[in-house]
Amino acid sequence: MNFNLTKTQELFRQMIHEFAEKEVKPLAAEIDEQERFPEETVKKMAKLGIFGIPVPKEYGGAGGDNIMYSIAVEELSRCCATTGVIVSAHTSLCMVPILEFGTEEQKRKYLPKLASGEWIGAFGLTEPNAGTDSSAQQTTAVLDGDEWVLNGNKIFITNAGQAGLYVIIAMTDKSQGNRGISAFLVEADTPGFSVGKQELKMGIRGSSTAELIFDNCRIPKENLLGQVGRGFRIAMKTLDGGRIGIAAQALGIAQGALDETVKYTKERKQFGRAIAKFQNTQFQMADLQTKIEAARLLVRSAAFKKDEAIKNDRIAYSADSAMAKLYASEVAMEVTTKAVQFHGGYGYTREYPVERMMRDAKITEIYEGTSEVQRMVIAGNLFGKI
Amino acid sequence: MKILVCIKQVPDTTEIRIDPVTKTLVREGVPSIMNPDDKGGLELALRFKDKFGAEVTVITMGPPQADLILREAFAMGADRAILLTDRKFAGADTLATSNALAGAARTLDWDLIITGRQAIDGDTAQVGPEMAEHLNIPQISYVAGLDYDGKTFTVKKQTEEGHQILQFEGKGLLTVLAPAFKSRYMSVGGIVDAYDREVEVWGADKVDLDESKLGLKGSPTKVVKSFAKELKQPGVIHEVDAEHAVELIISKLKEKHII
Repeated sequence: MNFNLTKTQELFRQMIHEFAEKEVKPLAAEIDEQERFPEETVKKMAKLGIFGIPVPKEYGGAGGDNIMYSIAVEELSRCCATTGVIVSAHTSLCMVPILEFGTEEQKRKYLPKLASGEWIGAFGLTEPNAGTDSSAQQTTAVLDGDEWVLNGNKIFITNAGQAGLYVIIAMTDKSQGNRGISAFLVEADTPGFSVGKQELKMGIRGSSTAELIFDNCRIPKENLLGQVGRGFRIAMKTLDGGRIGIAAQALGIAQGALDETVKYTKERKQFGRAIAKFQNTQFQMADLQTKIEAARLLVRSAAFKKDEAIKNDRIAYSADSAMAKLYASEVAMEVTTKAVQFHGGYGYTREYPVERMMRDAKITEIYEGTSEVQRMVIAGNLFGKI
Repeated sequence: MKILVCIKQVPDTTEIRIDPVTKTLVREGVPSIMNPDDKGGLELALRFKDKFGAEVTVITMGPPQADLILREAFAMGADRAILLTDRKFAGADTLATSNALAGAARTLDWDLIITGRQAIDGDTAQVGPEMAEHLNIPQISYVAGLDYDGKTFTVKKQTEEGHQILQFEGKGLLTVLAPAFKSRYMSVGGIVDAYDREVEVWGADKVDLDESKLGLKGSPTKVVKSFAKELKQPGVIHEVDAEHAVELIISKLKEKHII
């Protein structure tokens, strides 16, 4: 048992920390305010290989691991949660399912483009009538000769409109229920595919969240991801990994808010002394730091298990990632809310970053499975079939 | 083209503790970084790698922990890394350091040597120029720009008044200013590979130099006393005319029993 990062992971942490501080932090307030996708940051991250962290070198990736990936999302989100989720959705929800379920041909065709950041990736599961009940898919895919024809709508899709490739879940045989669902790879410029309206969001406002529309969208037969009827399983496995990314994002937001609060409470004087000197401040902050560290251990442990699972598919990490996400996101909400409280009236203004962090934190309790879904996953693992 | 870049690991703080007995820096417990000017020098070399396919070797003299900055150099794009580490190098002043580095350089093949202007721990700015003297090659310090047309190097040298444009051909040594060459980040792929690559560890036996010129023995610098600079209290500005100023100054001097 060893809780230390490896030398490689530590070197990576230093790099991504510095990158986030110098390149990401200065833009965080602006892209939130303007609801603008940070294209310049995306380009910089692409150049450094941040979009291909856990992808093997043979497919154009950096050849890193999921611990490094979780550190990347954490450190980016510490400064800007928008930037964190761009990397997280791209990596966990698009590249990883191709890596895990794709054919050799699909991997060779798509992974180098995605890992280099030439293309951003996205994932479409959620529909207007299929949220938490994600098996109620209404988007259909019908095989017509050598092509699949997709029809339907997806909503709340992260990186929509920015992505070059979409992993899309659709119903191929309604009579089979969950086993009638399949996964597909859709390139952005495919005729019949379009991006609908952008959502106006409470937080992560620089990230692109929009509707996907499939209107007789024809894709080649070979763009089926995995086997026919295995799409629901692919989606669930993909989300198991994705939750580690969101947990890391929540962790980063929490740490960022705490760091800001430490700084502020040391500077802010009331009743003749820094408010950090009040024991109420110290005790509350000590509790928050403890919770953050607990969240970090859950995130790293889930990421570690995911890395182990790559070598040994009998290792399950579904409950681990659910616990990491459930706990880290609720800690993020608690820490950011208290961070605003510590900042008082200033914290409620957009002069300070903590109000943004509080808005950003909320989504981590909702997307890639609400906290309730995480509890379902954890309980399912605990009780088995009752 | 082959470029040799000299880099140094330095403590990442201005609060440097000094061992009261040896009068040298205490490095334990202080996070270490690649010296900023050296990092700028490495960046310049890597730009020449990008542009002209230069082969970049980094070298450092230091304790075994200095391995870290060589890994960082690998992750930024360096091709080869050498760590000069030996008890015989210990206690070196700038002369012994430049002798050791020049001794190592003599055994290597290079067209250009790049060092940082100065290290943030000692601030002497001596090692680079001394190396050039030992190696008997031209040197240009305070470099803020470099161009190459395949034969001639054109150098922008920063001066107090502005800058000079200088040219040279053949081998030379440049000392570089960090702000002129904003260094790149380590790449993720480079980081993943950094610890799989070989850092060549050289002892004093690998350096082309008489051992008497190394380490404490080869260091004529004698530190008489090291002390932490005491902070001056902030001054007070009095907006008064000349006549009242005289009175004020006299009263203040009397207050402090100076007159």
